Amino acid sequence: MAAEIAVERRIDSSKRRLIVEAAIVLAIALFFILVVPLLLSDFRLNLMGRFLALAIVALGIDLIWGFTGLLSLGHGIFFTLGGYAIAMYIKLQIPESASSRLPEFMSLYGVTELPWFWKPFYSFPFTALAVVLIPGILAGLLGYVIFRNRIRGVYFSILTQAATIIFFNFFNGQQKLFNGTNGLTDFQTIFGAKVNSPGTQYTFYILTIIVLVFAYALCRWLTSGRFGRLLVAIRDDESRVRFTGYDPTGFKVLVFAISGALAGLSGAFFTLQTGIISPNSMNIAFSIEMVIWVAVGGRASLVGAILGALVVNFAKSLLSEKFPDIWLFFQGGLFLLVVMFLPDGIIGWLRTRGKDLFRAATGRKRIMTYPSLEEDPEVEYERKNLGD
Amino acid sequence: MTRQFGRRKFLLYGSATLGTSILLKACASSTTSSSGTASPAAESPAAESPAAASGDTIKVGVLHSLSGTMAISEKSVVDSTMLAIDEINKAGGVGGKQIEAVQEDGASDWPTFAEKAKKLIEEDKVVVIFGCWTSASRKAVLPVFEEKNHMLFYPVQYEGQECSKNIFYTGAAPNQQIEPSVDWLLKEKGKDFYLVGSDYVFPRTANTIIKAQLQAKGGKTVGEDYLPLGSTEVTPIIAKIRSALPNGGVIYNTLNGDSNVAFFKQLQGAGLTADKYPVMSVSIAEEEVKAIGTEFLKGQYAAWNYFMTVDSPENKKYVEAFKAKYGDDRVTNDPMEAGYISVNLWKQAVEKAGDPGTPTDLEKVRTAVYGQEFAAPEGPVTMKPNHHISKTVRIGEVRDDGLFEIVYETPKPVDPIPWNQYVAETKGFTCDWTKTGVDNPGKFKS
Amino acid sequence: MFTGILDGIFNGLSVGSVLLLAALGLAIVFGLMGVINMAHGELMMLGAYTTFVVQNGFKQLGAPWTQFYIFFAVIAAFLVAALVGLALERGVIRYLYGRPLETLLATWGVSLILQQFVRSVNWVLVIGLILFCLLFFGGLWIVKRRPDFERIRNWAIAILLPLSAAISFAVGSVLSKTYKLAVTKPWFGAQNVDVTAPKWLLGGLPIGNYQLPYTRMFIMVLTVLCVLGIYFFLNKTPWGLRIRSVTQNRNMSACLGIPTQKVDALTFALGSGLAGIAGCAVSLLGSVGPNTGQNYIVNTFMVVVVGGVGKLVGTIVGAMAIGITDYIVGTGILAQLFAPIPPLANFFTFFATTSMAKVMVFFLIVVFLQFRPAGLFPQKGRTVDA
Repeated sequence: MAAEIAVERRIDSSKRRLIVEAAIVLAIALFFILVVPLLLSDFRLNLMGRFLALAIVALGIDLIWGFTGLLSLGHGIFFTLGGYAIAMYIKLQIPESASSRLPEFMSLYGVTELPWFWKPFYSFPFTALAVVLIPGILAGLLGYVIFRNRIRGVYFSILTQAATIIFFNFFNGQQKLFNGTNGLTDFQTIFGAKVNSPGTQYTFYILTIIVLVFAYALCRWLTSGRFGRLLVAIRDDESRVRFTGYDPTGFKVLVFAISGALAGLSGAFFTLQTGIISPNSMNIAFSIEMVIWVAVGGRASLVGAILGALVVNFAKSLLSEKFPDIWLFFQGGLFLLVVMFLPDGIIGWLRTRGKDLFRAATGRKRIMTYPSLEEDPEVEYERKNLGD
Repeated sequence: MTRQFGRRKFLLYGSATLGTSILLKACASSTTSSSGTASPAAESPAAESPAAASGDTIKVGVLHSLSGTMAISEKSVVDSTMLAIDEINKAGGVGGKQIEAVQEDGASDWPTFAEKAKKLIEEDKVVVIFGCWTSASRKAVLPVFEEKNHMLFYPVQYEGQECSKNIFYTGAAPNQQIEPSVDWLLKEKGKDFYLVGSDYVFPRTANTIIKAQLQAKGGKTVGEDYLPLGSTEVTPIIAKIRSALPNGGVIYNTLNGDSNVAFFKQLQGAGLTADKYPVMSVSIAEEEVKAIGTEFLKGQYAAWNYFMTVDSPENKKYVEAFKAKYGDDRVTNDPMEAGYISVNLWKQAVEKAGDPGTPTDLEKVRTAVYGQEFAAPEGPVTMKPNHHISKTVRIGEVRDDGLFEIVYETPKPVDPIPWNQYVAETKGFTCDWTKTGVDNPGKFKS
Repeated sequence: MFTGILDGIFNGLSVGSVLLLAALGLAIVFGLMGVINMAHGELMMLGAYTTFVVQNGFKQLGAPWTQFYIFFAVIAAFLVAALVGLALERGVIRYLYGRPLETLLATWGVSLILQQFVRSVNWVLVIGLILFCLLFFGGLWIVKRRPDFERIRNWAIAILLPLSAAISFAVGSVLSKTYKLAVTKPWFGAQNVDVTAPKWLLGGLPIGNYQLPYTRMFIMVLTVLCVLGIYFFLNKTPWGLRIRSVTQNRNMSACLGIPTQKVDALTFALGSGLAGIAGCAVSLLGSVGPNTGQNYIVNTFMVVVVGGVGKLVGTIVGAMAIGITDYIVGTGILAQLFAPIPPLANFFTFFATTSMAKVMVFFLIVVFLQFRPAGLFPQKGRTVDA
């Protein structure tokens, strides 16, 4: 009887905690939807919207890198594919008055008939699905051929990186199909509304936040239960997971596909608010930057991923405005400093040092697991001089 | 524990210092006007520039890639643009007002270009922007300029097929660079052409034009190949050229930046010499010659509107001023000169219109730009109502000192034709923004 | 026909040997430490810039010397890159052992810094940096001698760091104001710089209709020398023995008294030095600019993946295989071979441009890894993670 009550209480408290968390997330989302637009100029708000879109892909990266330990340097591919999907839909919204029924770049390059794979993008439901499914399925396939052979760690990173080059070359070279280097740009209307008008942009901003909240909820759900624990187990010791009877391949493929799909979503919303998608976003630097956002925010912390994406991007934007000549120094320095001194990112730092500081401020003593060991001068000396 | 503690402390102090220094620099550079140079430390003396003192300034934007792959080319256009602004400021400014230039880094990334263009217009409230190099970056910012009805001066030769109300193109249209050079080659060098280009829009469009032109004029395209941007392994291309042109022929080169170096070095190593395999390049100017090495380029050709060796008093003045500002070993080239023209044309237009306009109303300045004439280093140029300028076309041969011997030039400036007349899709279209009574003055059948 | 085949073989080998030279250092470092060095390309770039500097230095010396600068440039490039690599290992990478993915990110940061460094390096920057290092580390050294160093350490850093930064910044500003262009002019700038091979390396050896470029031959010889040198070093010298033993089993080696930290530093310096030599070599072929390294980095990684770690021969075979495949596909030889079978011929013609050939090669590599996931010559071991 007593045990039952205890269990119930635990469920109760975990439920309560979940409700509190949901409330906080909602409050923050509302804050961003209602208050932030009042504080920022149109331009900064647009930037905020873009960076929130990037936060979605940061969540995806966190899912595979922070939790599962797969460092993908190729998420630019999935991001770009999502962007292209939505851009193709918009490019097909050709006003009645136009002289040609094709996107204008095609008629310039002598294409007379719409290529077959453009045709489904007349339909919005298809496009909405494609934004998520095309990158997701591609990621799944790529993941399958790589993970099947237990290729992992750095090898996996290198292969994803090489894949970006390949996709870049392909999209870059297909001028008649995708407008080559220039990418798809100059968006006119979506659902009859002008894409670039402030009203539409504000709608995109709100949509981005809603999608971000859903993405957060999805990742939260994935990482909290058994599935999440399995992911962490794969990260920490894949062989042991194998020995305990699980086949990690399926899980890795699945989580990689989900992460790819999130990247696609992110790319779509980024494209809507930037007004351009080009093969350039498949370059290696961009994919590595995504990882850096997560590293700065904090690995294996979903809030950290979002925070990191916002902080790094705003810092980059401001620094490159103030020091257009030399801001790369700061960016490179940031990478170095974070990896060397903040291995757990901002959130990780707050969790450890922040707690200590809080305790020190409130006069409480730090909890030590083995106080005798921590205070033993000999152990201290060895730590210092011989390394951990 | 202690050690980690120390490391983190280090980070804390480190970032604090970084923050302070950023603040310091931010204060110093907020007044930066025309004296921006490459070095970080050199930025600080800007505080004494006249712009800050007078208090009444005109803000203009300069938007080029200062980092990333395109910085190689764009940095020097920034230098030249800043030189023009400096000269105007020293001569008393525009209508008594000093020009204040706000520089932004497009970082060779097209969305960043769009972002920075927006920032310059909305946050800095500039009245004109000088910038962009690649077509992709121009296409990326185009919607921003059209949305805000703003004004961009674009200083690079490009593939044409565009005529925006909000962009003034001060580089060559294809009929001012590519087409005359093909004509000249057909007349002087031979009928068999091999086309080599980097894998992006300009070379592909340029080659479409060249192929159409060759077909119309009795030449022959024996092959074409594209190298990925930045790639330096050109061995397969050289092998293909040799098998396609066993007895020599013309190579038309639209490679970009880095690849050129590898291409010419390998060409020379493989024994394809200039007398049998003349190469006509449209992306190689004085600066690139310097980077590739004269030994590899001697006797090869380039088509431009401006060469540093143009013999005119205006050019002498320009080159001297540039060297005095940036160092004796620097050279000038065509896009740099176009950047210089841009600023001057804009200045004249502002003076004609009477005021520089406001960021939301530039209509007066825009109409004032039409018909502006300027005695440029390359010779007289005139802004046409189709937003392009008339330019003298020149073909140069690389000589021993790395500069060009001008072997051909048109007797007078050639009028620009933005919509290409060799390509079937745009044949018969023209552009005239002073024209009324047509749906789209940017593209209509004349 | 015969000369044509010879030309093809030569070209394929020369493409492969450039790859091999660039990948050699990376493979050794990766094999030993499991570290992926994203700054490898930038070390190559430093080597190339060193070549540029040496070339200009020798131009000052006059006629006979300009012909031989290249030999000194190779050595100088090796030394410069090795020193930078050593500093990188001591300053950054050694704190990150056992965390290969973090190393990858940190070295990417280093590569950004190096790129920007060559773009904007000028006298002011260099003097400022040197001054800062002198002040900061000198100050730290003085403070270190105090007996209560441990207690005041953090305070000392907190005071020294901003102080020395401020002083060097102020000196830099003063310098740039007094001497203007003479000190603020960038050494290299954002533009590419020109490295020209000496006269005797220009041109090529004519064989029939074809001509084999001397620079390519020079690079092939250089590659062979480097491979032989590395082979000798690894197999015949005491330090080579240590490196091999640490590669095979780090813990056991440490137990047997091999100074693994020294071995790491040495290997990293060696790998970086090889990158420097590679940089010197590619400066004869391509451009020398801030982006030089980026163009090679992904290809060299692929070589390491295909070759497998731990064996020199894997890297050699991997580089040659990738180079030759790339050449054969890119020139359309396959398309000609399969001309009688139209669908195959069309298929290969589609891939017969230089940029599509890369797509093909990547797919071949992925297919290859389906059969040999650990590369051509994997290290044999009994652990499950081999």
